[in-house]
This record gives sequence, structure tokens and C-alpha cells, in this order.
Amino acid sequence: MPDQNLNCPLPLQYDQIVMAHGGGGRLMQQLLNDIIQPVFNNPILNQKHDSAVFTINNAQLAFTTDSYVVKPLFFSGGDIGKLAVCGTLNDLAMSGAKPLYLSCSLIIEEGFPITDLQRIVASMQEIAKQADVLIVTGDTKVVDHGSGDGVYINTAGIGLLSGSTHSAPANIQVGDSIIINSDIARHGMAIMLEREGMRFDNNISSDCADLSGLVQALIQAEITLHCMRDLTRGGLASGLIELASASGHHIEINETAVPIRPDVNSACEILGFDPLYIANEGCFALFVPEDKTEQALAVMHEHALGQQACLIGSVKSVHPKGIVTLQTAMGISRVLDLLSGEQLPRIC
Amino acid sequence: MKFLNEYRDPDTVKNLVSAINSITTQPWRIMEVCGGQTHSIVKHGLDQLLPDSIQLIHGPGCPVCVTPLAYIDKALAIARQPGVIFCSFGDMLRVPGSHADLLSLKAQGADIRIVYSPLDAVALARQHTDKHIVFFGVGFETTAPATALAAYQAKQQGLQNFSLLVCHVCVPPIMQALLASPTHQVQGFLGAGHVCTIMGTQQYEPICSEYRIPIVITGFEPVDILHGIYLCIKQLEEHRYQVENSYSRVVKERGNEPAQQLMQRVFKGVDRSWRGLGEIAASGLALADEYNQLNAELRFDVSTIQSEEPSECRSGEILQGLIKPPECAAFGNLCTPEHPLGATMVSSEGACAAYYRYRGRQHA
Repeated sequence: MPDQNLNCPLPLQYDQIVMAHGGGGRLMQQLLNDIIQPVFNNPILNQKHDSAVFTINNAQLAFTTDSYVVKPLFFSGGDIGKLAVCGTLNDLAMSGAKPLYLSCSLIIEEGFPITDLQRIVASMQEIAKQADVLIVTGDTKVVDHGSGDGVYINTAGIGLLSGSTHSAPANIQVGDSIIINSDIARHGMAIMLEREGMRFDNNISSDCADLSGLVQALIQAEITLHCMRDLTRGGLASGLIELASASGHHIEINETAVPIRPDVNSACEILGFDPLYIANEGCFALFVPEDKTEQALAVMHEHALGQQACLIGSVKSVHPKGIVTLQTAMGISRVLDLLSGEQLPRIC
Repeated sequence: MKFLNEYRDPDTVKNLVSAINSITTQPWRIMEVCGGQTHSIVKHGLDQLLPDSIQLIHGPGCPVCVTPLAYIDKALAIARQPGVIFCSFGDMLRVPGSHADLLSLKAQGADIRIVYSPLDAVALARQHTDKHIVFFGVGFETTAPATALAAYQAKQQGLQNFSLLVCHVCVPPIMQALLASPTHQVQGFLGAGHVCTIMGTQQYEPICSEYRIPIVITGFEPVDILHGIYLCIKQLEEHRYQVENSYSRVVKERGNEPAQQLMQRVFKGVDRSWRGLGEIAASGLALADEYNQLNAELRFDVSTIQSEEPSECRSGEILQGLIKPPECAAFGNLCTPEHPLGATMVSSEGACAAYYRYRGRQHA
């Protein structure tokens, strides 16, 4: 089967950073693998998961950090503060940890309205409270006017793993079912439409949400969680491609099983974007043993963020290994490949 | 999605495939002209559904691929100028020029913006009177009217800080050039539906009769494309050579006449180089002389920039279906998706990039 990537390939040899290095595609992987990983090289970093998991005094901890540079700062369905807390909670949750403590670093541009800052921190606290976590440390820096986009936020988080759960790419097994909790591509399209001032008659809101409660519900139901991945930058396709590569397994998903809202799909069509590669902020993929599929779905359907949970594919024992294939509605199988960088709107 | 889902219906697709199977008695080679059709064929795997005897040749209709190197270099030279906001459609940003691409220039601080419509660039010119706004007008007759409208409006409004780098191309001359080659392999065409939405279908009658080749105006969804292929094979099997419109829900015989009139007013026909194919007479559109004020090539004095395409590249022959990518000596060593020498490797809608990646997988 030909591996046909539909995007014009980007030259991969740059001697400076381009935006595509942050796009969640092949260039970002290259940056991490060639520039970052070899220098910091250690077994915990090499887990290549959303959180680092390690043991201190018999307690298994998850630790993660993320920076938020979204533009616009306030968007339909959330704001940068909500995103900064949910994103880090979700990274912890994906390792199976219960989030406990967060940090908050603010890099604020001179001239930024205090009222906007108040809205943002209030929004952070609201999510933290709902998730029963404390924001316990932080830092504030102010930069010259013109040196930042209003405010950048970094959050780090610590969570505690319970004994039995260990979600990691290495635990993915042949036969596993792949479940996602919701429809895809809402966050990326909501941001895109607001950023570009698109005059669509739409009410597409970001799916930005804290997934830790849903994950805890799965853990409490004692469902074996082989691996979880939140499908942020690069979307569903990039998330699964990374997991296929990290686990060395062949992942197959069904195009018709992946839920996409009609308005989101329409916006993607008009702009020439593939929704499989559009960012989510409240959507994750879950790998469970096949015989736990129904039970996992039942637990998820009980939770507000899992009502649309559905089976989208499985892990196959076929060659080639380490890739993702999509069974199209036409009954054709095609390889999903990492994009070089960001998706760019096509000419026609 | 209304008007999309029904054209992606798996049952209709299945029925069309069996209809194609039932009328095909011998091998046929059909070229889909437009890159958008290639995109859809590859994305939905339509080529895998067809009988082995039907070969689809991917045509030269990807506007990103065929824009000549010299124009990418001109774009880079203009975008580098201080005080310029350079506006382009998104996917032109990653196309390599001789030494750089627009994305890396942006990383160095050049003000390069993606716009969805040339009129957005005109609006930017009104907002930023202290800057000079340049719009990079590329593509076929599909995008040309919007560029023409931007030029027309800017002239009407007397905008002094707006200009256009225009490198539009036209489909009929390239089809004729392909057919005029004594070694061409094409037996039937799927005509580019969006181009015909603007230009109508009449332009294609002379090509049909001169070269005795069927041209079926075709849309972009799986059902559209398979229906176009079906009509094309039917003509071939019945020894008919006509222009047929399989995309009549969008394409009218006379096309969009106001758009054509605007194009005639703003543009003039010129000879144009196509990346990988060389110069083709009367195949391009440039700003008419009355629009010299808005011509970025003149304003920034870049009209003399010439760029040599690598001589090793045989993408012209690949686009005509004469050779397969691995038969080119540069394939996979001098020429890769990361360092493309020619059109068909620049875009992975092109045959070279698809072959390159397939082989890469097999050896992995």
C-alpha cells in the first residue's frame, strides 16, 4: 500500500526555528529527537509519555509541564487560563495519575490589562477547584511591550499514581481496542476561526476540559488501561502515529467510526484541513484489552466528558509495524503519516 | 454535509466501480488534470478500486507544483524588503526557491502572512498605510478572478501601497502542449471542474476535435471522479471524442461570464514557464499594461530574476506518463521530498513523492 502523504513536504533542514517546529509534526519530532533528547538523555525522559513517571520513597509520581501561547487569549469555550490548567491536568491524567499540585508561571507583556489577568487567574482557579488540585507555587515576569502576545502561561503539575495502573506506550498490546471519549477537531477549529476572523455562521466552541475525573472513574472501575494519550497538537492522527511508533505496533482505525461534528467538518472542508490532524483539548485515546471494551465504554458514557465515547479501531498483528492505517468509508486502507509541520490552507 | 456526503456515499462508489468494470474491455490511460482531483483520488484510494487495466496519470494541475522557480525567487526577493507585508495562499509558503522558502524567511523576521482571499490583502493595504502590501497571485483560472478583482479594486480605490506578483496559468494550453508531444500517453482527460466553473466548457471543444480525445469535465468528490472516469471510458470504448460535463451541478457551458470579463480587463496573455515542463506559449496571465502601477515585478525591479531549474530533473516526462519516477537518475538521491529538484517531488500529490515514500516504507 503506498504511503501517500497529501501535504507538500517541507524541507526538513532548517538552521533556524520555523513555526512548523512547534506544529506537532515531523519537524517537531526531529527537534526533540535531534536537539533536545540527546542532551538531556535519561531513562525517565525516554519514556516519551505525556508525563514523566518515577518513584520516590515507594510513592509513584507523575510530573509534567507545558507552556501555553494561544492566540486569541479568550476564545469560544475557554481562555488561556482554563487551557493552562486543563492541559497539565490532562497530561498527568494520561499517565493514570491523580493530579495533586500545580505551578503557575506568568510571562506578561507590558500594557496588559489587569482586568484580563484577573479573568485568566480566576478561570485557572475555577478549574483547579473543580479538579480538587491546588496551585501552590508560581512566578511572574513582565516583558517589554511588543515582546509577547499579552500573556504566556507555563504550568507544571505533580500527580500520584495508584498501585496497579500504569499507562504507557510500551504497554500497548496486539488486540487492544482504541476508544476516544468525544468528537474531534473542535478546539483547533474554534481557535482558527476566531484567530482568522472567519465570518462563518458558526458556534464551534473549544472542547477544552479537564479529563482527570473521567480517567479516575475508569481507574476506580478497575479497567485495565494499557495506554492513554490526549490528542492535542497534531490531533488524533499524530497522537496515534506517535503511539504506533513508540509501541512498535500496527494501529488501524475506521474513518466512519471517528465522530466529527458536521459544522466542524464543514469548516475543515472549506479551509482544506484534515480534521484528523486538528488539535483537541478535551479528547483522548484510550487503549484497553478487547474484553474490557464494553465495560470501559459503559463507564465513560456515565461521565459528562465521555457521553460520545466510541470504539474507533484496534491494534493489529499485521505488517508493517509501527504505523497507523485508516480504513476509509470506501473500504480502502491508507497510511496516516505525520505531517511535516502545521497544516496550511490549500490554494484550491 | 449537504452536497458532500451524497458524493462520498460508499454504495454509490461501489455501483460506479462495477459500472466501470462492466464497460472496460481494454487498457486505458486517463489523466486527471487537476491537483485537487489527484488529492481526492489518493485520499480516498480511488485508484485502488479501479480495474488494473485503467491507469490514472496525475496531471500538471497542482498550482503549487507548477509555479516556476523564478517566481518563487521573485517572491522571496520582494518579501525580504523592509516595510513589505507579503501575502500568499498558505501552501505556497513551503515551496522551495533556489536558496530558501517563504517559511524560513518568515522565521528570519519578514512579515509574511497567509490570506484566504486576495481581497484580504487589499484590506490590509487600507489598514497599514505605512507598509507596502504585496499579494502573490498564483494558480489556474480558478483563483485568477479573485486576483483580478483585488487588482481592479485597488486601482479603483487608488491604493498606492498595494501591488501584485502575478503568475497565473491556464489549463487549455498545457493540455495542448501535452498532447502535441509525439510521445504522449494520454488517451482521455478528466477536465478540471473548478477551472471550468469559471471558464465554461467551450474552450475544450477544439482540443477534443483536433486531438480526437475525450474530455470529461469532472468534480472532486469520489462519486464525481468515478462518474467522470466512467463517462471517459465509455467514450473511449465507443470511439467518441467529445466534451462531456459530468459536473453540471456546478459547471455551466458558458462559465462565469462576469469573472471572465474581469480577467480580460485586468490580465493579458503571456508565455509562461511551468516548473518541470518549460515554457509554454500563451499559457500564462500577467497584469495588463494599464495595471503597471500595481505590478510588483516592476515596482520591486525583480522582473530580471532568472532561475535555472536543475537539469537532472525529468518531472516533465513523468507528468506526461512517459517514465515512472524510479527511472529518473536523480530520484531518491539528488532529489527527495526534503530537497526536491522538480514539480513532482515538491508536492506529494506528485508521482515522485508518492513513489519515494512508498519505497521508503518498503525498505524500512
